[in-house]
Parts: sequence; C-alpha cells; structure tokens
Amino acid sequence: MENLIALLIAAPLLGAAVLLCGGRRLDAVGHWLGTLLAGLSFVLGVVLFTDMLGKAAGQRAVTQHLFSWIPVAGFQADVTFRLDQLSMTFVLLITGVGSLIHLYSVGYMEHDERRRRFFGYLNLFLAAMLLLVLADNYLLLYVGWEGVGLASYLLIGFWQHKPSAATAAKKAFLVNRVGDMGLSIAIMLMFTTFGTFAFVPVLHSADSAGEGKLTAIGLMLLLAACGKSAQVPLQSWLGDAMEGPTPVSALIHAATMVTAGVYLIVRSGAIFNAAPDAQLVVTVVGAVTLLFGAIVGCAKDDIKKALAGSTMSQIGYMVLAAGLGPIGYIFAIMHLVTHGFFKAGLFLGAGSVMHGMNDEVDMRRYGGLRTYMPVTFVTFGLGYLAIIGFPGLSGFFSKDKIIEAAFAKGGAEGWILGGAALLGAAITAYYMTRVMIMTFFGEKRWQPDEQGNEPHPHESPGVMTIPMIVLAVGSVFAGGFFSIGDRFVHWLEPVTGHAEGNSPVSAMTVTVATLVLLVVGAGIAYAQYGRRPVLAVAPRGSLLTRAARRDLLQDDFNHVVLVRGGEHLTRSLVYVDHTLVDGVVNGTAASVGGLSGRLRRLQNGFARSYAVSMFGGAAVLVALTLLMRAV
Amino acid sequence: MSFPLLTATAALPAVGALATAAVPAARRTTAKWLALTVSLATFVLAAVIAVRFEPGGARYQLTESHAWIKDFGVRYELGVDGIAVALVALTALLIPFVILAGWHDADPMETGSRRWRPTQGFFALILAVEAMVILSFEATDVFVFYIFFEAMLIPMYFLIGGFGDRAHEHGEKAASTQRSYAAVKFLLYNLAGGLIMLAAVIGLYVQAGNFSLPEIVQARASGSLHMATSTERWLFLGFFFAFAVKAPLWPLHTWLPNAMGEATAPVAVLITAVVDKVGTFAMLRFCLQLFPEASKWATPVILVLALISIIYGALLAVGQRDIKRLVAYASISHFGFIILGIFAMTSQGQSGATLYMVNHGISTAALMLVAGFLISRRGSRLIADYGGVQKVAPVLAGTFLIGSLATLSLPGLAPFVSEFLVLVGTFTRHPAIGIIATLGIVLAALYTLVLYQRTMTGPVKAEVAEMPDLRVRELLVVAPLIALLIFLGVYPKPVADIVNPAVRQTMSDVHQTDPQPKVEAAK
Repeated sequence: MENLIALLIAAPLLGAAVLLCGGRRLDAVGHWLGTLLAGLSFVLGVVLFTDMLGKAAGQRAVTQHLFSWIPVAGFQADVTFRLDQLSMTFVLLITGVGSLIHLYSVGYMEHDERRRRFFGYLNLFLAAMLLLVLADNYLLLYVGWEGVGLASYLLIGFWQHKPSAATAAKKAFLVNRVGDMGLSIAIMLMFTTFGTFAFVPVLHSADSAGEGKLTAIGLMLLLAACGKSAQVPLQSWLGDAMEGPTPVSALIHAATMVTAGVYLIVRSGAIFNAAPDAQLVVTVVGAVTLLFGAIVGCAKDDIKKALAGSTMSQIGYMVLAAGLGPIGYIFAIMHLVTHGFFKAGLFLGAGSVMHGMNDEVDMRRYGGLRTYMPVTFVTFGLGYLAIIGFPGLSGFFSKDKIIEAAFAKGGAEGWILGGAALLGAAITAYYMTRVMIMTFFGEKRWQPDEQGNEPHPHESPGVMTIPMIVLAVGSVFAGGFFSIGDRFVHWLEPVTGHAEGNSPVSAMTVTVATLVLLVVGAGIAYAQYGRRPVLAVAPRGSLLTRAARRDLLQDDFNHVVLVRGGEHLTRSLVYVDHTLVDGVVNGTAASVGGLSGRLRRLQNGFARSYAVSMFGGAAVLVALTLLMRAV
Repeated sequence: MSFPLLTATAALPAVGALATAAVPAARRTTAKWLALTVSLATFVLAAVIAVRFEPGGARYQLTESHAWIKDFGVRYELGVDGIAVALVALTALLIPFVILAGWHDADPMETGSRRWRPTQGFFALILAVEAMVILSFEATDVFVFYIFFEAMLIPMYFLIGGFGDRAHEHGEKAASTQRSYAAVKFLLYNLAGGLIMLAAVIGLYVQAGNFSLPEIVQARASGSLHMATSTERWLFLGFFFAFAVKAPLWPLHTWLPNAMGEATAPVAVLITAVVDKVGTFAMLRFCLQLFPEASKWATPVILVLALISIIYGALLAVGQRDIKRLVAYASISHFGFIILGIFAMTSQGQSGATLYMVNHGISTAALMLVAGFLISRRGSRLIADYGGVQKVAPVLAGTFLIGSLATLSLPGLAPFVSEFLVLVGTFTRHPAIGIIATLGIVLAALYTLVLYQRTMTGPVKAEVAEMPDLRVRELLVVAPLIALLIFLGVYPKPVADIVNPAVRQTMSDVHQTDPQPKVEAAK
C-alpha cells in the first residue's frame, strides 16, 4: 500500500509536465486533464487514509524509499517519503481543497486564453506541496518548500503583462528566499550536530544535542516559517500576492502553502520542546502577527487584501499555538484544517463576487449583493460565521482551543498571549463583519467602469458554486466533527504528542469572553457600516487607519532601507569595480610591465593589438625557454 | 598497447579543427556540419571514457605515458581521475551546443555581401579550444598541462576579438574597439598569470627533478622529496595566481565581464562554462596535491577572497544594465562558491565544488545561450531595451526562466545539489563563512528575477512586438540542457559516484578528515 505514496505526487507532476510542454493541442481539454489528475491524487489519498485507519494508532506511519539522492561521504540524502497521521491530514487537505479549486477554476478561468498553462501551474503546485508534506527528511522537504514557492511565483505573476503582478511575484519569491536561508542554515546545523537531517533520527535524538544548538536550529526553522507563512517580519509579500487569480489566493495563499510554516514547526516539535527560548519567540511572532494581520484587515477596501490580512492573522493563531508546545500542536493543525475550509470558501466567494462584478475588488463599489448572488451570499456567510467563531461552527472549536492553550502557558506570558488571542478574536469579528456588510448588505454602490460598462452582478455557474457549497459544509461541520470525543487529538497524538495545560481561567470563562468580544467587534462594525451608508471614497481616517492601509508601513520601511539602500550599494559597487578594482589591478600590472598603458593604446586596432601582444608573449616564452636550457 | 583513448579524445577535435579550417571558403555550411559532427564524435569518446572509468579503481586510469623532452624529464603523461572524467565529459557535452548555438554567428555580415567573415575559422577555433581544454584536464605531467593551459589563450583570443554580436548600440566601430580591448585584456591578464606559473613550474622542476604529478605527490608523501616551508609557499602562490586569474577570483576578475560582454553568447559560454573550469580544476588537482601544507596555510585568505567573490559578484550582477555582463558577474559569484568548496577542505565541499563546475557549466550555457538568442533578435544587450517578451515569445521566455531558476539554484535543478553541498561542507568547518555565503542565495534570486521581470514581463515594448519565438535549431540547443539540469537535480548520484573517490584521495593528500557530528543520532 505504501507504494502508492509516490503516485500521490506523480499524478499532478505528470499533469504539470503534460500541460506545460503539451502546446496548444491541449487547450481544449487541458483544464479537465488537470482537474482529473488532482482528483486522482485525492482518491489515492482517501485510499491510503482508509488503509491507515485500519491500523493501530502506533503503527500508522509508513515509508517508501525511492532512491539515494545525494550520497557524498557522510552526507546522505534520500528520496524517501513518510506518510503518518500528520502528513495524511495535509494530504487530504491539499488534494481535497486542491481538487475543488481546480474545479472552480474551470469556470473562473474560462475566458483566459492561457487557461491550460494555469492548470499546469496548479498541478505543479499540488505536486510540490505534497512533496513538502511527504518528505522524510529536511532536504527533500526543502525541494517541496521551494517548489511551492516557484508555483506561487508563477501563479501570482500569472497575468505577467501587468507590471504590478510581475512585481508582486518577484517580491514573494525574494522574501521567501530570506526565509529559505533560515531553512538552509537549520539543515546545515542539523548535519553538523547529528550527521543527518532525516526526521526520525534527528527528532529522536534531539534531546541529547544541548539547548543552545536546538535553540539555534529552532530559530532558523522559525525564520523559514515566517517567510512561507507570512509572519512578521517577513509578512510583506502576502498582500501583494493577491495580484494572482483568485483561485490561487484561495488554494495557495489561504488554505495550503502559507500554512507550511506551521507544518514545519509542528513537525519539528521535538526540537522546539527542548528549546524553550525558541518556543517563546515562536509564540511572540504568532501573537504579533495575529494582531498585525487583523489590524491590516480592518483598513483594506480591497476584498482580497482584507481577506489576506485575515489569513495572516489566522496563521498567527496557528503559529502561536505551535509555539506553545504539546499543549498547542494539535490545535494548531486543527485550526489549520478548519481555516483551510472556511478561508478557501471565503476566497472563492470573493472570486465569485468579482466574477459577477467585472473583476471589481473595491468593496466600496459593492453593496446589496445578497439578492443578486444568493448561493455566494449563503456560502460566504457560513464561512464568515465560521471564521469569527460563531458557536457550533468550525472556527469556534479550533480557535477557542488555541486561546485556552495560550492562557495555559502560565505566568505573565500566558496572560499576555491569551489576551492577545482574545483581542484578535474581537478584531476578527470586526473586520469580517465589515467585509460582509460592505459586500452583501446596504445600498448598491457600483458604477460603470472607464469603458462605460456597468456591472451586471449575477450568480456564478455551477462549476464554481459546487466547490463553494462543499467548502461551506466543511466550514460548518468540520470543527464539531473533530471535537466530538476529541477525535482529532487522538488522531494526531502519536505523532505530535499531547499535553493538557493548566489554564488559570476555566474553559467556560474563555468561551464566554470570546463570545462577548465577538459581539462587541461585530457590533462596532455594524454601527459603522450597517447603520450608516458606506462612502464611495474612503474617509481619510486616523493615523492608525492610514498606516494600516499601507500595511503598517512595512513596505515603506523596506523601500527606504532595503530597496534604496541596496540601489546605492550596488551602484557604488559598480563604480568601484570599474574604477578602483580594475584600476588597481591594471595599475599594479602597469607598474610591473606597462600593462595598463599598453591596454589603452592597443584598443586602437584589432590587428595591430594582436600582433604586438602576441609578439610580446611569444618573445617572453622564447626567452624563458632559452633560460631554462641554460640552467 | 591499448587504444590511447585519452589522446584520441583530444586529437579528434584537434584534427577536426584543422579539417574545418581547410574547407574551401565557399563551402561554409560544410564546415559547420563538419565541426558539429566532430564535436559529437568527441562527445561519444568522452562518454566511452566515463563508461570505462571504474570509480573504485586506481586513482589515475586509462593512463598513457611517453618520453617527450628527455633533457628535462618532460613526459607526455595522461590519466584521468573521477574529477577529470566529469570535466572532460562536461566539455565534450557543451561544445556541440556551442557550435549549434553559434551556427550563424560567423555568417557574412549581409546576405550576398562578399565581405570576408571567417566562418571556417570560427568553428575551427572552437574545436581547437576543446582539444586543448580536454588535454589540460587529462595531463598528469605538470609541463604538458602548462603548455595547453597557456596555448588555449590563443584561439580564445581570436574568438573574443574577432567575432562580436551582430548589432551594437554604439555602432560597429565602437563595438570593434571594445571587442579588441576585451580580447587584449583577456590575453594579458591570463598571460601574466601564466608567466608567474611558469616560474613556479620551473621552480618545481628544480625541486623535484621531474614534472610528473603522481611521482611528485608520491615522493612528497613518502618523505623522499622535502620542500622548505617557504619554497612550498612560493610555488603554491605561483600556481594559485594563474588559476585564480583564470577562475576568476576577486580581485582578478575584471577581465571576465569585458570578455563575456563583448564575445558572442556561444563564445561567452566557452569562456565561463569550459575554459574557466580549467582554473578551478587545477586548484583541486595541482595546488592541493602538490602543496598540501601551503594550501592549508593559504586557506583563510582564499576562503575570504572566495566569500568576497560570492557576495561582490552577486551585488554587481544586481547593478548591471547589460544582460551578458550580468551573467558574467553571476558567474564570478558562482566561481566564488566553487573555490569556497575546494578550500573548505571537506568531502562535501570538494565533491560539491566538482559537481558545481559541471552544473554551473550546464546552467550558464542554458541561460547565456537563450540570452544570446534574445539579443540576436533585438540587436541590443541592454536590459532596458526589452519588456513583455513573454507575451510574444513564450517558449523563449519559459526557457530563459528555467535558466534563471537554475542560476539561482532552485531545488530540483542540478545547481542546487552542488551549491548546498558546498555550503554544508563549508559550514561544518567554518560556520560563520558558511552563513555569510548563504546570503548569496538571496542575492542570486534578486539578480535573476529582476532580469526576468524587466525583460520578459510587463507591457510588450514596440521593438519586441514582432519577435519570433525559438526556432527548431535553438530549441535543439536549449531542450537537452534543460533536461540535463532536471535530471542531475533529481538524480546526481551517477556523477557523485564518479567524483567521490577522487575527492577522498585529495582529502587524504592534504591530510584532512571531515568534522564529525557531535551527537550520535538514533536510527
């Protein structure tokens, strides 16, 4: 059965190769081929899942060794896959949501002349993401890690003729590369410490490595996670990544790829467990990002950018949970899965709205769409209720657990982290209610575009609404399903370990506090956007609002320090290389043999310069040969 | 006596060069086909070498030895270890692509014009370079190596100075001036390096009494040949200087951007992917084996210079406005990695450096040749003259992107394997240097992706709107290179298996063992 693991990856990889090299002949069927292969991968995943369920909890991990990849002396990297409960969870999420989004894209990209290529990239993404979660060692994981980065680059920049899309794609790749440096260094540290970077030996002997080494490895892994999962301080690329087609935002920049950082931390749990300082930094990054993303999400008028802020914030919750250690790992993953449902659903809903609104993204030009797009309204609405943590829906269960676990960390840290998580819940309710009201309620505010085309909002075709409905069902029921009898905890416990924390506040208090804050947040949004008409042009706003619109000035900082500073540096280096280095070397030679002067004189004519220099060279050679004979 | 396979592999392109040069002026196409056929046949011979070579066997295999200049103990001695096998194969592999890519680079300037352009000469010179490069990889006699190491400058000089790009933004006369400046600079830099090396070669002879690499190494190991510390260091520096110019290592690199910028793209590939590799190869073979103690003595300085090359080359690549000069500075950065790997003195570093030489050859060839196809279409090397090419020539843009991704060492493509090995091999001994070198991966992404963005994306510039996509000949050049990049990225084991034993030998020559992990990992 474990021989099927490689096929999971091979199916979408084959799709990518065929679609990208196949040429125009495949234009007519390419999208269906891509969707079929994504679906095949999902079916294989389900087969492996049922097989896994038939085994005892401790015996569920299986491996498939394909071949020796890089063998050099003590350095041994293999292409080996490992399927355990953690990777199984991801396989189902990736292929399940992935297949749905392939299906949705058939409709969404219908009028794009490069649709075949789009599906090729989507298939490439699936293959890379599956490789990431199925690798049994960190170096192979790295291949998937950068593979998803490549797919993300290609898909953000899919509409390359738009300079903004091309810039956003490049930015995403570059910021991720900074994170990749962290992953590289972490692997090098593992190799010098353990002589290997395969999961099982590294994680099993982590305890004996010493806290200093493990803290260093942990922090480097965190750097990698910050890049991929858009966590502060490497978060700046995610908002721009919304330049990509909306199905891409749903699949890659909400449900799967951006959560890879959480996977990395949870997978490396044994390292973090023995490095409390690294864990503390992880929780701080998570808490800061969950507030940062939420604040940004409040200020955006672009529906996709508001959702992107929200994604950042929700992943902040997951990272916070992952930093709490065994009391949080499982809830980090549980929130990751429920978030995969509702956030993918929300993005597909946003795409459906844009589809019916001539690609308008400004929520100030929406309004009252609930009557025009009933299915989109209902599915988006269920996703909305799930993300704000409405009792009984998916987000309620997973987020509540994270807030509880944060308090359970204990001491001042517990209070601060728990407080941040609670505050985040209130802001989440605020910005999501704002999105909901601005889009689906109130007066219609759309206007003709520059060409004079007035949008005619309409419901999207079935190929798009079916995936939305399926995801909405998941948004409603997944959390409850996982929580009954602590199913999810028992499922993952053999891989990640689990511990119950001692929270200074009771679970009931947390739940009540969360609900009160939810009502407060949603209430403020209703007061601001529901009771008053939404202005067509955003008011100037407070200093914080203006900063939040500009992603809390991160880009301005980057521009001044990195971009401008870098430009000055490279420009002066070009000058230095041309005058100083070249000059000094030529000058040194000149003082010895008149090289520089000869160089300048010899520019005049090709034949002459050749003759002189060759004659000079030959003469020296002859002289030396004669000298040798004399010795 | 068995068939002299090594001699044949070098003699075939040498004879081919003469034959190509002798083709009558009117039969231009015949000369091209002849050169291509010879280069393919050479590749077959190189493949036979690789197949007959036994990785676990003797250090030098397929050896040939004949007396040559008896007075000085110069012997015509050839032999290959795993490192040489890999590089001979790389050379023989790339030359057919260089020839095919440069198919029209030496055509007459205007159709119907009678103006002389030495088509035959162009292809004959390429084959001559191939012959000499292969011989310098194969020579185990220091003097024989020296002769070919120097002699290859002559055909290279003509290739750089005689054949530039078709169009030039400042007109043909300016181009001709810049071209001859670049060619002379190339020649003088390398000649200066070579002359210093010659002094060291003579010095070595005075010490050892012969030129045979295996004999000298053996004598030094057994203690029968003792060298004073200062003598060894001076000789080491003499050799190293020549190789550092050729490689090139900062601050001796400034000839490379000139040469690669002015030469046609296939010749630029010949310089950076083939000829320069002789420099790094010779560091590994001659510097480390002949002068192990001096090599260790010089290591700190060389590591720092290599590190400067990596960062400095990458930063300068970011600042370039000329596509070909950008690739040249990127190569300087990559040569920094290779030298870093060699002098890290670990198995991973040195195996990585050798794989790096092979992979860099292939990836630079892919990127530079596609860049050449692009430049020939628009008649400009300036990045700013392009924009939106992706829309009109998607296949060209796609292959250019893959070449760029290989240059930034994307995992899954061949250069990643070697770059990571170099980094990890450096890190185990010198963590700080390893970490700073890792910055290079961010900078590489910056210069390649900015190049791609500016040339290929955005609105279509009017001047490129009519640009045709890749032709069949061009696709035949690029597709196999890309296939190789993917294959060696996924399955580098065959090359690693050939290289590893040779590296093990070199490590023992310099009396080095790999640092051991601190923790015994569980199974």
